[in-house]
Amino acid sequence: MLGEGIIKGLAETARNFFGSYLTKERLTTVQYPEERLPQNEAFRNFPFLVFDGADSEAGLRCVSCHICEKECPPKCIFIEKSKDKKPDAVGKPQFYPVVFDIDVSVCMSCQICVEVCPFDAIKMDVEYDYPTEDRFAALLFNKHQLAKSNDYYHQIHPTEASAVDAALAAERESAAAKAAATAAAAAKTAAAKVSAESRAVKASPDSAVESITEPPLSGGDGL
Amino acid sequence: MTQTVDQIFVLGKHWLLEYVPIAAKPIVSAVLSVIPIMVAFPLLFAITTWLERKGLGRMQNRLGPNRTGPMGLWQPIADGIKSLTKEDIVPLTADHVVHFLAPLLLVAAAFLAYAVLPVGRNMVLVNLDAGVLFFFAVGSVVELAVFMAGWSSRSKYSLLGAMRAIAQMISYEVPLVLATVAVIMQSGTLSTVEIVERQAGYTGLLPHWYVFTPWGILGFILFMIAATAESNRSPFDLPEGESEIIAGYYIEYSGFKFALFFLGEYLGMFATSGIAITLFLGGWSAPLSVLTFIPSWIWFFAKLLVLICIFIWIRGTLPRLRMDQLMSFAWEFILPMALINMFVAGVWHFMASGFVRWIACATLVIVPCVVLSALLKRKKKLQLRTYSFAE
Repeated sequence: MLGEGIIKGLAETARNFFGSYLTKERLTTVQYPEERLPQNEAFRNFPFLVFDGADSEAGLRCVSCHICEKECPPKCIFIEKSKDKKPDAVGKPQFYPVVFDIDVSVCMSCQICVEVCPFDAIKMDVEYDYPTEDRFAALLFNKHQLAKSNDYYHQIHPTEASAVDAALAAERESAAAKAAATAAAAAKTAAAKVSAESRAVKASPDSAVESITEPPLSGGDGL
Repeated sequence: MTQTVDQIFVLGKHWLLEYVPIAAKPIVSAVLSVIPIMVAFPLLFAITTWLERKGLGRMQNRLGPNRTGPMGLWQPIADGIKSLTKEDIVPLTADHVVHFLAPLLLVAAAFLAYAVLPVGRNMVLVNLDAGVLFFFAVGSVVELAVFMAGWSSRSKYSLLGAMRAIAQMISYEVPLVLATVAVIMQSGTLSTVEIVERQAGYTGLLPHWYVFTPWGILGFILFMIAATAESNRSPFDLPEGESEIIAGYYIEYSGFKFALFFLGEYLGMFATSGIAITLFLGGWSAPLSVLTFIPSWIWFFAKLLVLICIFIWIRGTLPRLRMDQLMSFAWEFILPMALINMFVAGVWHFMASGFVRWIACATLVIVPCVVLSALLKRKKKLQLRTYSFAE
């Protein structure tokens, strides 16, 4: 008989129609601005600058080395170096960026800036909706818009952030040890000098002391 | 009280007419009758677009529009504003006059059809003696509008769509009219008002609707299939098949002209549904004798909404037909069945009423239906295609 298949089809669509009101599992639509799908941890979109502590100016890890600016394929980063220095994440006095701009309308989310950064200062963000009416000025992010705390970094990429924190802690430790050793060596040298001056004769004690007290450099010390 | 509520629009019109000078009465009366039609049916169109998008969404386990207003109810208004503010583009090589006139003609023809549609007791614009004939005459103007649109755009797609539309509409207009002939034979009149009045009686609880006879149910089904094809709706939407010829004959239309085409198409659908209600479903009469206290115009619009929902349901279910399937279905199944239906209506008229008549007529309907569908199925030969040129 003609029309059997049509009746079967009509029954199926009717089942879908009423079923969508009865069982919520049928409706797979995510109501976007209000509801969002859980994000993958490895998701990335645009870069941001990490700072330690509470102050985004003092804690900024970036030392304004211009590597990311040079490596950026679409050239969306612009950095201006400072004249003075401030202590960086490890504690060394370093330059810092006076201006750090990223044009996210140009950025292609390649993550090359993150891979080349020796200071773990630039990382990938997960924010992806920047609706704006001004496509030029509003999408040019400055240093203050880009600076986000280390806690936020932990929130969006926990595994990666822990690894970075561990590496930074090790670096800080070695830097502290090195500083202590240099201080000790300086003190010893000064003492030796004093004693040498007082005794006036002895063959090259400085070099021997240095070779013994200098600790081996841990990897990843960078520049 | 029930009488007053039933006739409230008629009484209201007469009350308003009392304040009009005698010389102006005919024209004011006509305007007062036309305005409700011009308001009610476009409003129904707005509701239908919302209902259709929501219903289709649910059938596909989606939510449908839900951003504008509660449950997306203001979506038609948003769509209207959008189409009004869009740029009106006319192709450079198009025939500008015909291109401009086509959507107007379509909507005008669709509105004219409502003139003979009784939407309630004493609620018809003009009670023409040849009302049904007038309806189909006006309905076929739609074909002219469609071809005007397709031809004047000077686009291959729109011309193709128009050709398909004409072929389809002419093919399905024959069974559409033949299905109504059975009703006209039975009622003995072409006036839509009288056809409804013939069906308004009751036997016990049940009404005397023509759909409750063997030839009536078959006629109704044939009429609805043909009406679906006439209004270019799925599964007969070849003329505007989005995936093949984008929008068919109105591809070169934008902005409000496009919206007018949309409006015209839906108005045509309402009009054919309305005439189906008039012919087979007892027009404005209540489905049970105990329900006659509900005003007649409510019954008409309730039936119309049910038919619209069925149209939406069909659209959400069936895929588009192929051109050869469309044509063979029209000429090899629908047309013979419509002719047989006329014969059955004649048999019904001349046999003495009773159980025997029912059985005889039902057999006369079912047997040809089974035989014809078997013939239609047997003809299908599936074979591997050989490509002579695409090597």
